[in-house]
Amino acid sequence: MFENYSDSQVYLAIVLAPLIGSIIAGVFNAYISRAVAHTVTIVGVAISFVLAVFVFKYFAFDGAPIYNETVYTWLVSDGIRFEIGFLVDNLTSMMLVVVSFVSLMVHLYTIGYMSDDPGYKRFFSYISLFTFSMYMLVMSNNFLQLFFGWEAVGLVSYLLIGFYYKKESAIFANMKAFLVNRVGDFGFILGIAGILMVFNTLDYADVFAAASSKANLTTELFPGTEWSMMTVICILLFVGAMGKSAQVPLHVWLPDSMEGPTPISALIHAATMVTAGIFMVTRMSPLFELSETALSFILVIGAVTALFMGFLGIIQNDIKRVVAYSTLSQLGYMTVALGASAYSAAVFHLMTHAFFKALLFLAAGSVIIGMHHVQDIRQMGGLKKYMPITYWTSLLGTLALIGFPGFSGFYSKDSIIEAVHASTIPGSTFAYYAVLIGVFVTALYSLRMFFIVFHGEERMDHHTKEHLKESPWVVTVPLVLLAIPSVIIGGMTITSVLYGDYFNNVVFVQQAHDVLGQLKESYHGPLSMILHGIMTAPFYLMVAGIATAWYLYMKKPELPGKIKNSFGLIYDILDNKYGFDAFNEKVIAGGTRGLGNILSKFGDIMIIDGFVVNGSAKSVAWFSSIIRHVQTGYLYHYAFVMILGLIGLLGLVIF
Amino acid sequence: MLTLTHFLVLGAIVFSISLAGVFINRKNIIILLMCVELMLLAVNTNFIAFSHFLNDTAGQVFVFFILTVAAAEAAIGLAILVVLFRNKRTINVEELDTLKG
Repeated sequence: MFENYSDSQVYLAIVLAPLIGSIIAGVFNAYISRAVAHTVTIVGVAISFVLAVFVFKYFAFDGAPIYNETVYTWLVSDGIRFEIGFLVDNLTSMMLVVVSFVSLMVHLYTIGYMSDDPGYKRFFSYISLFTFSMYMLVMSNNFLQLFFGWEAVGLVSYLLIGFYYKKESAIFANMKAFLVNRVGDFGFILGIAGILMVFNTLDYADVFAAASSKANLTTELFPGTEWSMMTVICILLFVGAMGKSAQVPLHVWLPDSMEGPTPISALIHAATMVTAGIFMVTRMSPLFELSETALSFILVIGAVTALFMGFLGIIQNDIKRVVAYSTLSQLGYMTVALGASAYSAAVFHLMTHAFFKALLFLAAGSVIIGMHHVQDIRQMGGLKKYMPITYWTSLLGTLALIGFPGFSGFYSKDSIIEAVHASTIPGSTFAYYAVLIGVFVTALYSLRMFFIVFHGEERMDHHTKEHLKESPWVVTVPLVLLAIPSVIIGGMTITSVLYGDYFNNVVFVQQAHDVLGQLKESYHGPLSMILHGIMTAPFYLMVAGIATAWYLYMKKPELPGKIKNSFGLIYDILDNKYGFDAFNEKVIAGGTRGLGNILSKFGDIMIIDGFVVNGSAKSVAWFSSIIRHVQTGYLYHYAFVMILGLIGLLGLVIF
Repeated sequence: MLTLTHFLVLGAIVFSISLAGVFINRKNIIILLMCVELMLLAVNTNFIAFSHFLNDTAGQVFVFFILTVAAAEAAIGLAILVVLFRNKRTINVEELDTLKG
C-alpha cells in the first residue's frame, strides 16, 4: 500500500492512533489543558480516518487481496491459539471508513457541544477509547478479539451513558444498559464456546472453512431432543447481537441511553456500536447460512423490532428519544435484511443509516444547544428561522431516513423491502408487511418531530427565545459534512455494494437464499430504481406518512390530542412501551430480588450463618459445657483417671 | 529361698499402697508427693529384682538415674509447694481446685 511500510504497520496505526490519544487525554487528564485534550484525540482519529480512506481505496478500487494476519499471540493452550490479529477485507475497510468518519465528525462537534462541561477532557478520552474498541471489533480475525471489542465498546457505552454521574437517571440508565447487555453477551459467549467446542479453533478463516462439514452436526440441548448444532450456535451468537443491536426484547436499554451527552448518542447509540450486531452476523454469514431456523428467528425478531419500535416513536416528546426509537426501528430493518440472507443490504443500510442517523442526532444536539438543554419538543417550534443550517441539514437527514427517492436511505431501505419480499424463508411474509407498514410509521414520526420542532408556533418561553441562535461552526460543519453522504452515498455505491461484486469474498449466501441475486436481474442502475421506486407501495406509504404528519401537526394541531383521548387504551400501551420496562422491573428485577431475598434468608442467614458458622460454634460451646464437668480441679481425680488409663493401656497390651 | 515373685509382689504391694495414698488422701499435698516417691521406689524394687535375677546390671544403673531424678523432682516439688503455700495459705488438697473447668 505505502511503499516503505508493511500493511500490518498501517493497520496497527489505525487502531493505535485513537488509543494513544485516549490515553493522553485520560491518564494525563490533570496535567493537560482542554485544547491539548481535544487536539491529541482529534489528531489520533484524523490519522486513522485518513489511513482508513487509503485502506478503503486499496480494497475497493485497487482490488487488494484479503489481509489476514496475526499480530500477536497471547497464549497457546492445548492447541488453541489466543491471538490478536487483523482481518481486513472489503467489509472491514468499509466499516473502518464509516466508523472513523462519524467518529471524527463527533469529535469536532464535541468541541462545541461540551464546551462548558467540566468533564470535557474525560469525554474526549472516552470517545477516542470507543473508536479504538470499535476498530478492534471490526478488524478482528478471531472470536476472542471480537469478544474483546464487543465488551470494550459495551464498557465505553456504559461509561458514556453515565457520563453525568451525579444524575440519578443517568446512573439508572447506564446500569440498565450494562445489565441488559450482559444478557446478550451471555448468549454471545455461549455461542463462542459452542464454536470452540465444534471447531476447536477461534480463527474466523479456519471456522468458516470447516463450517459446511459440520452442518449436519446435532446436539441434545435437552434430553431427548435433537438440535442442529449450527442452529444453536447461530441463535446464541444472535442473542449477543440482539443485546448490542437492541432487538426486541433486549432493546430496552437503548432509549434510556439517551441520558448520555448527545454526541455519543450519535456516535455510539446510532451510528456505530449498535450496528456491531449487524456487522457480526454479516461476518458470520458462512455459519448463519447453514441454519434456516436461525435465519427465520432473526427475520421475525427484526420485523417485530422494525414495526413496533416505530410506533413508539410517534408518541415520544423528548427529541432524542424520538430519534432513539427511530434507530431501534432502523436496526430492525437491518436485522430483517440479515434474516432474509441479504447481508449486503443490511451492511448497506448500516452504512447509509450511520451517516443520516448521526446527522439527525447531531442536529438534535444542535437544537438542544440552541434551546439551552431543553429536550421536550412540545416547548419548541418555529426553529427554522433561528437555526437555518440545522434546519436544512435535518431536513436532508429526515428525508434520507424516511427513504425519499434519491436519498441514501431510499436505496438501502427499498432494497431491504424488496429482498424480504423475494425471500422464501418462513416468516418472510410477516416481515414483509411489517417493514412495509414500518415505512409509513417512519415517515409519520420523523415528520411529526420535524414539523413540531422547526415549524408551527413558537412555544418556548421568552428567555429562551431571546438567546435562540444558530450553533457555532464546530457544530454546523459536522452537520454539513454528514449531510453530504446522507444524500449521495446511497446512489453512488448501490451498484457495486449491493449488486456488484464488492462483497464477493466476504459474504457467503447459499443459492436457495440468494434474494439479492434475484433482485439483480431487475436492477438497472440507481436512476431506474428511483423511477421504479415511485410506483411501488413503499413510496405511497411514505407519502401517506408525510401527509398524515403534515395534516395532524401542521394543519390541525389540535387533532392529535383528540385522537389521544379517544384511543386512550392504545396510547397507554404505547406510553408504557408495551410494558417491557414494567415487565422487566416487576418480573425480572422483582423476581431476582425475591429470589435473592429467599436465598439470603434461607441459604445465607439460615443455613450458612445459622447452621454452618454459628451452628458449629454453638455446638462446640454446648459440648464443652457438658464436658467441662469432668475438670473438677482435684488432683486425686486426675490421678484416678491416670490410673484408669494405665489399667486400660496395660489391659490392651496384655490381652 | 527368696524368688523373683516375692520381690515383684512386694513391689506391687508398695505401688498399690502409694496409689491408694494418691487418691484416698484429701488433706495434705505433701503426702501426695511422698506417695509419688513411694511409687518410684516400688518401680526401683522391680528393676533391682529383675537385674539381680536376670544377671543384667543395666537395671541397677537405671535405678541410680531414677533415684537422682526423683531427688531433684522432690526438691522442685517441695519448692513449688512452698510458693503455693505462700500464695494460697493452704496445702489442703480439697481446696486446691483452680484447674476446675
